Amino acid sequence: MTHHDIVIIGGGPAGLAAAAAARKAGVQDILILERDRVLGGILNQCIHNGFGLHTFKEELTGPEYAGRYIDMVEAEKIPYKLNTIVADISPAREVTYINREEGLVTIQAGAVILAMGCRERPRGALNTPGYRPAGIYSAGTAQRLMNIEGYQVGKEVVILGSGDIGLIMARRMTLAGAKVKVVAELMPYSGGLKRNIVQCLDDYGIPLKLSHTVTQIHGKERLTGITIAEVGPDRNPVPGTEEYYSCDTLLLSVGLIPENELSKGAGVSMNRVTSGPNVDDRLETEVEGIYACGNVLHVHDLVDFVSQEATLAGQNAAAYVLRGREADKGRQVPLLAENGVRYTVPQTLNVDTMEDAVTVRFRVADVYKDRYIAIYYNDKLISRKKKKVLAPGEMEQVILKKSSFADYPDISRIKICTEVE
Amino acid sequence: MSGLQYDVVIIGGGVTGSAIARELSRYQLKTCLIEKTEDVCSGTSKANSAIVHAGFDAAAGSMMAKMNVEGNRLMGQLAEDLDFPFRRNGSLVLCFSEEDMPNLQALYDRGVTNGVPELKIISGDEARAMEPNLTDEVVAALYAPTGGIVCPFNLTIAMAENACDNGVEFKFLEEVTNVKKIDGGYEISIKDKEPVTAKYVVNAAGVYADEIHNMVSEKKIAIVPRKGDYCLLDQEAGHHVDKTIFQLPGKYGKGILVTPTIHGNLLLGPTATDIEDKEGTYTTAAELAEVISKSARGVKNIPYRQVITSFSGLRAHEGNHEFILGEPEDAKGFFDAAGIESPGLTSAPAIGVYIAEMVAKEAKAAKKENFIATRKAIPHVSAMDKEARAALIKERPDYGTIVCRCENVSEGEIVDSIRRTLGARSLDGIKRRVRQGMGRCQAGFCTPRTMEILSRETGIPMEEICKNQPGSEMLIGKL
Repeated sequence: MTHHDIVIIGGGPAGLAAAAAARKAGVQDILILERDRVLGGILNQCIHNGFGLHTFKEELTGPEYAGRYIDMVEAEKIPYKLNTIVADISPAREVTYINREEGLVTIQAGAVILAMGCRERPRGALNTPGYRPAGIYSAGTAQRLMNIEGYQVGKEVVILGSGDIGLIMARRMTLAGAKVKVVAELMPYSGGLKRNIVQCLDDYGIPLKLSHTVTQIHGKERLTGITIAEVGPDRNPVPGTEEYYSCDTLLLSVGLIPENELSKGAGVSMNRVTSGPNVDDRLETEVEGIYACGNVLHVHDLVDFVSQEATLAGQNAAAYVLRGREADKGRQVPLLAENGVRYTVPQTLNVDTMEDAVTVRFRVADVYKDRYIAIYYNDKLISRKKKKVLAPGEMEQVILKKSSFADYPDISRIKICTEVE
Repeated sequence: MSGLQYDVVIIGGGVTGSAIARELSRYQLKTCLIEKTEDVCSGTSKANSAIVHAGFDAAAGSMMAKMNVEGNRLMGQLAEDLDFPFRRNGSLVLCFSEEDMPNLQALYDRGVTNGVPELKIISGDEARAMEPNLTDEVVAALYAPTGGIVCPFNLTIAMAENACDNGVEFKFLEEVTNVKKIDGGYEISIKDKEPVTAKYVVNAAGVYADEIHNMVSEKKIAIVPRKGDYCLLDQEAGHHVDKTIFQLPGKYGKGILVTPTIHGNLLLGPTATDIEDKEGTYTTAAELAEVISKSARGVKNIPYRQVITSFSGLRAHEGNHEFILGEPEDAKGFFDAAGIESPGLTSAPAIGVYIAEMVAKEAKAAKKENFIATRKAIPHVSAMDKEARAALIKERPDYGTIVCRCENVSEGEIVDSIRRTLGARSLDGIKRRVRQGMGRCQAGFCTPRTMEILSRETGIPMEEICKNQPGSEMLIGKL
């Protein structure tokens, strides 16, 4: 069986940044496995700008941002295989892939970095009643058909869900000559970034109806219209509030799901909230030598943070390959997400072996105004920081310093929560 | 020859029409099947419980009972001959109260009368030992080991393909508008096309079988579309039960079944609502809610969050709840296969034999010597062992490119589904043949690539690629 020091599953933004970082950390033998025809992942179809403000201090389009990392990978001559799908990863890090040139091949990886990204939640998952006509697309599928394949998917459009892709597609379809009639959002707040609501809806006069959902699909062959209705606090439609919109296209932007079939096969333990693997501060899963980063770990808003996270995963995988695992692993402390904090990544922190500073990312459960984000070591309040607005659509972060644990030799848990006063 | 174009015209390319076509293709008869949509298996045959019923439900002595038990018996050999997925997983009918026990016993007795083998009444505890997710409410169950699950798409497609390989002509996108008696046979009018003529006509038109029948016979029949909504759950939920779990009809109505599908999903349904619209395959919020609430009575902890799609099918319900098979008194040479509602899928192989023998007898047709009895399925690469799969990719590299990642469907399989006999011409046609887009992302990722392959293989421009019938175009033009 052929051996590679690091095998990276996925050549999107996470996989590319992880590869570049692992090479920089000194690992020569790296292999990226990418299922699509080109590197770059979903960024290739994100032709709008707004990428890279954190990483490169300039505004790039998706393909430009991906291009920067592809250039790094090419310059470093890091090998990659395209049109190659991974069929299986074993807990012992045997990776089986398939492509048309080599057929079915199993290789041994010193370390594996999971970077498969996420997929869109489909209409079926919403169980929306009605017919099943053509013209219902998840927003990303429509984006691909337009921006990669060069086709127009519809003339009159309704969008369900105000996730970022849905908002971006509202603008994209408008610019392509379609009439976007309304964006309906089940929740009383948008799931997307504030800047996208302003730039993609408000600037084009597209109404956003919060606390609304699609209750009926009309049209047997091609979509002819949809009914939307207001939802109550229980998120069920309120009778009498139905409104009919004629349209030939319904785009869905109703959530992204990390794509973890391979991770589960590898025996990695999964987090019910993120739908991604549980990881420690090195972004290592509970299976030794298997790391995760990017949208397969938890869904991000900004690719810049994906790159940061992937860089960390690449560095840690490199350290594991080059130096192995220390015999004494130190104290592994769980991070608890409570009172309005839905989850944290990482889920555990090793207070002895951690870097000097570790970024903990999380999302809140609802829109909160003037709340504090509090951190507790055991039951002792360590820090409290007021935020004017917290929203589920905007990922938050806190930084934990290694030095701060010096006074807590018996630490058994770290709690991150919101507080009202 | 009488000057008529065909010996037999079959109207309808569902499971019944396809089964009859296959059985008729054993004989020296010039047969043509006319289908209104773009593909076989696009009406009731595609949207049902996909169950091979044991045969205890239908009234003793009915054609329904006879065809059901015989269809069940034939299914195993047919699955081997035509290479479609079928498994005898067994079924349980749950009884929820002591007072309903006589009804369970009656079901058992009827099954025995109908000739269903190996039936057994078991206790609630025995049932729970068999199926740990049954609720404590279950007091007893009727166990039928011969119950099974089948791929309804590939059952139908396999029979149609085999019929075509044996010389049956198939016409698609041709809608029959009238059938009239002419000298020596019938003239069948087709919308926007020249009529065709045949000595014999077989009516397998599903929910439209009454309209076709009533064109030639004064003994009118009426088919009511009885709508049933279903929820399909992710394969992660597919092992929640192993057997098909029915509920004993009782004071709560007919009940909702819970079953694994042959492809490892979990299926819940159907409701039963009589409607007027013969194209009314829409789901409703009330019925989907009914599926959820009633399914929970017999099976606990169903992971409803794992629903990946819902759909609705129309049973071709006839007032007497009986199959109408054969010639009406006043229309010699016209053969009905009407009122084919559940257990129609199970019964199809038997109905095929029954009708074909009847037609052949009347036509005095002899059997062919060169009948091709078998057909091979499209290889399903993800079900193969590593060596076989590697060897196949060496031979045909396009089996090495995975297009549908949820169901692990390769480009080679999609290409095969288009190129082979009666190949797919729509996205739904590909999906039914090789399961592209059937998985948890519901074709989110693989739609653009599949459209491209269909366009490349058939020469249909991208803008004209349809989900199913004309009018269901996916795109409206180039940017």
